[in-house]
Amino acid sequence: MKHVLYMAWRYLAYHRIKSLILVGAIALIVFIPAALRVLVRQGETQLTARAQATPLLLGARDSPLELALNSLYFSADVPETIEFGRAQDIAASGLAGAIPLYVRFRSQNDPIVGTTVDYFAYRGLRVAAGRQMATLGECVVGATVASARGLEPGGQVISSPESVFDLAGAYPLRMRITGVLSPSHGPDDHAIFVDVKTAWIIEGLAHGHEDLRQPQAAGRVLRREGSNIVGNASVREYQEITPENIDSFHFHGDVATFPITAVIALPTDQKSTALLLGRYQSDEALQLLQPSEVVDELLATVFSVQNVIVAALIVVGTTTLALVALVFLLSLRLRRGEIETMMKIGGSRPRIASILGLEMAGVLGIGLLVSAGLTWCTSQIGPNAIQYFLRQ
Amino acid sequence: MHPMVHIEGLRFRYRTSDFALHVPELALARGTSAAFTGPSGSGKTTLLNLIAGIRTPDRGRITVDGVNVEGLSDPARREFRIGRLGLVFQEFELIEYLSVLDNILLPYRIGPALRLDSSVRKRAVELAGTVGIDDKLNRYVGRLSHGEKQRVALCRALLTRPGLLLADEPTGSLDPANKMRVLDLLFECAREAGATLVMVTHDHDLLDRFERIVDFRQFHETAASADAVTARTGAGR
Repeated sequence: MKHVLYMAWRYLAYHRIKSLILVGAIALIVFIPAALRVLVRQGETQLTARAQATPLLLGARDSPLELALNSLYFSADVPETIEFGRAQDIAASGLAGAIPLYVRFRSQNDPIVGTTVDYFAYRGLRVAAGRQMATLGECVVGATVASARGLEPGGQVISSPESVFDLAGAYPLRMRITGVLSPSHGPDDHAIFVDVKTAWIIEGLAHGHEDLRQPQAAGRVLRREGSNIVGNASVREYQEITPENIDSFHFHGDVATFPITAVIALPTDQKSTALLLGRYQSDEALQLLQPSEVVDELLATVFSVQNVIVAALIVVGTTTLALVALVFLLSLRLRRGEIETMMKIGGSRPRIASILGLEMAGVLGIGLLVSAGLTWCTSQIGPNAIQYFLRQ
Repeated sequence: MHPMVHIEGLRFRYRTSDFALHVPELALARGTSAAFTGPSGSGKTTLLNLIAGIRTPDRGRITVDGVNVEGLSDPARREFRIGRLGLVFQEFELIEYLSVLDNILLPYRIGPALRLDSSVRKRAVELAGTVGIDDKLNRYVGRLSHGEKQRVALCRALLTRPGLLLADEPTGSLDPANKMRVLDLLFECAREAGATLVMVTHDHDLLDRFERIVDFRQFHETAASADAVTARTGAGR
C-alpha cells in the first residue's frame, strides 16, 4: 500500500498546480453550501434564543424588524424613539415589568446601551470584575469589548459623536468603567451599558456646568431674570461626570418625555401578555410585538433565500464535479502511454488501478478535508460573524 | 540444459490487420546475444512482446527460462515478466513525475511480488553509477538528455537481475555516438548479469556485434497464407 500511496503522491505533487485547482474546486463546491447551512443554523439558534428570551417589546409603530434588531442585537439602525413615560405606563399597569432601552449612541463601533440595572438581572449578566454601575457617568462593559479594547474597571470610554459635521449634535462624554461583565456569548458581550440617564446626558438632554451663582463665575453671566441666571457663550459644559461636578448635572424638561428606543415588557403571566397585546393593538403611535414572531418571519425569508442559493449551488456543484471527472478522464487518456508502460513492465493491474484510483481519491479526499476544515473554521467564527452583521 | 528462449509452432495474427506471424521453431541459448532484424512490420516487436508475455500467441508454445509463458494466467505472467525479464523500449517510456531513482525502482513499486528494501536501493544506485547517472538520481527524467534517459531505462530493466533482457530498438532515436555508447552498455550489463540479450534493430551496422541474427523475413506471412496453413492443419483459430 505504501508504494501505491507514494506513486499517487508523486503524481499529485508533480502536477501540483492542476492538483491544487482540482482540490480547490472540490473544496469550494462542498464548503460553500456547508458553510451556508452552518451559518444559517447558527443564526437561527442565536436569533431564536435571544428572541424567545424577550417576551414583548414596545416601540414606535415603525419597522418591527428594525425595532427587534436594535433592541435585541443593538444594531446600528435606530428605530423611531418613544417617550420614557411609556415604560412607566407599562410598569404602572401592573401587568408587566418594564426595562427601558435607549440604543442610539456608540463608542467607536460598540453600542452604548442606556438601560437600568434590572436589565442585568433579566439577562442573567454578571459582573466579573469591578462593580455594577451606580451613578451618572458610570458604565459596565461587555466581555468582548473589554478584551478587544483592553478595558478594565477604573478605565474610561468616550462616546463617539454621531456626526462630526453636526455642531449642534451630541458631544463626546467620557465615562468611567466600574465593571466588566462575564462572557454571555451574545450581543451583550459587545455592548457598553450605562444608565438611561447617562444616555440622555450624551444626547445633551441633561448637562453640567460651573455654578453661575458663584462670584467667580460673574464674567460668564449674560443676564439675570429673577432667580433665573442666563449664562453667556463662555460657560463651559463638563465632558466628564466626576464626584466633584456630579451635583451640577441637571435635566431640562420632563423626564417622562425623554426618548428611549424600546421597552422590554416582562408580563407576569399569559393573561397579562394577552391584555398588553390587546391594549397596544390599535395604538397608532406604538407597537407591542413578540420578537419571536418577528424573528420567525425573518428566518422564513432567510430559509427561502438559502434554498434558492443551495439549489443554484447544487447545479454549479454538479457541473463542477462533471468537469473534475472530465479532467480525470482526459488525464487518463493523456497518461495511456504511462499506464501501458507499467503494464508492459509487468505491473499488476490491481496495483496500477489502485495508484490511479488513489490519485483521484486523494484529490477528492483532500478537497473534502479542506472543505471540512473551512466549515469548522466557519462554525467557530460564525457566532461572532453573525453578531457582527446583526450589529451593523 | 534448456535454452533461455524456445519457441515452437508459434502463430499470431492481429485481429485488425492482415499481418500474421509464424515461427516454426526458434531457440536462443543462455547468455547469448541475438538481434531481431527485418523490415518494418515484419513482426520483430510482436515476437518480443510474445516472448515477454505482453501478448499471447494464437497457437504454439513459448518457453522462457523453462517456463511455459502462454500457459500462465495473466497475473502470473505479469509476475514472471517483472521479476525475470528486463525490458528496454525505443522511447525509453519513463514516468515523467518520478525522479531518476524512482524510475529505476519502478518495478518494485508496481510489482506486488517484489520487495523494495535497502539492498535494492543500493543496487539501483550502483547501477546508476555504472552508467554514469548517479549524480542525477533526484532529478526528474524530463530534464535528462536522450542518452541519459536511455541509461535510466536500462538501469530499470536490469534492476531485478533478469535472465533475459529484451530491448526494442533502444538505439533507434539516438545519434551515432550515443547509439554505440548505449549498445556498449547493453552488452556490458548483460554480460555482467549473465543475461541473454535479445534486441530488435533496423540498424545493419550493429548486427556484427551480435552472436546470432534472426531475420524476420522468414517468419512474416500474410493473413491469406496464414489462413491457408490453418485450413491445411484443420485447426481453428
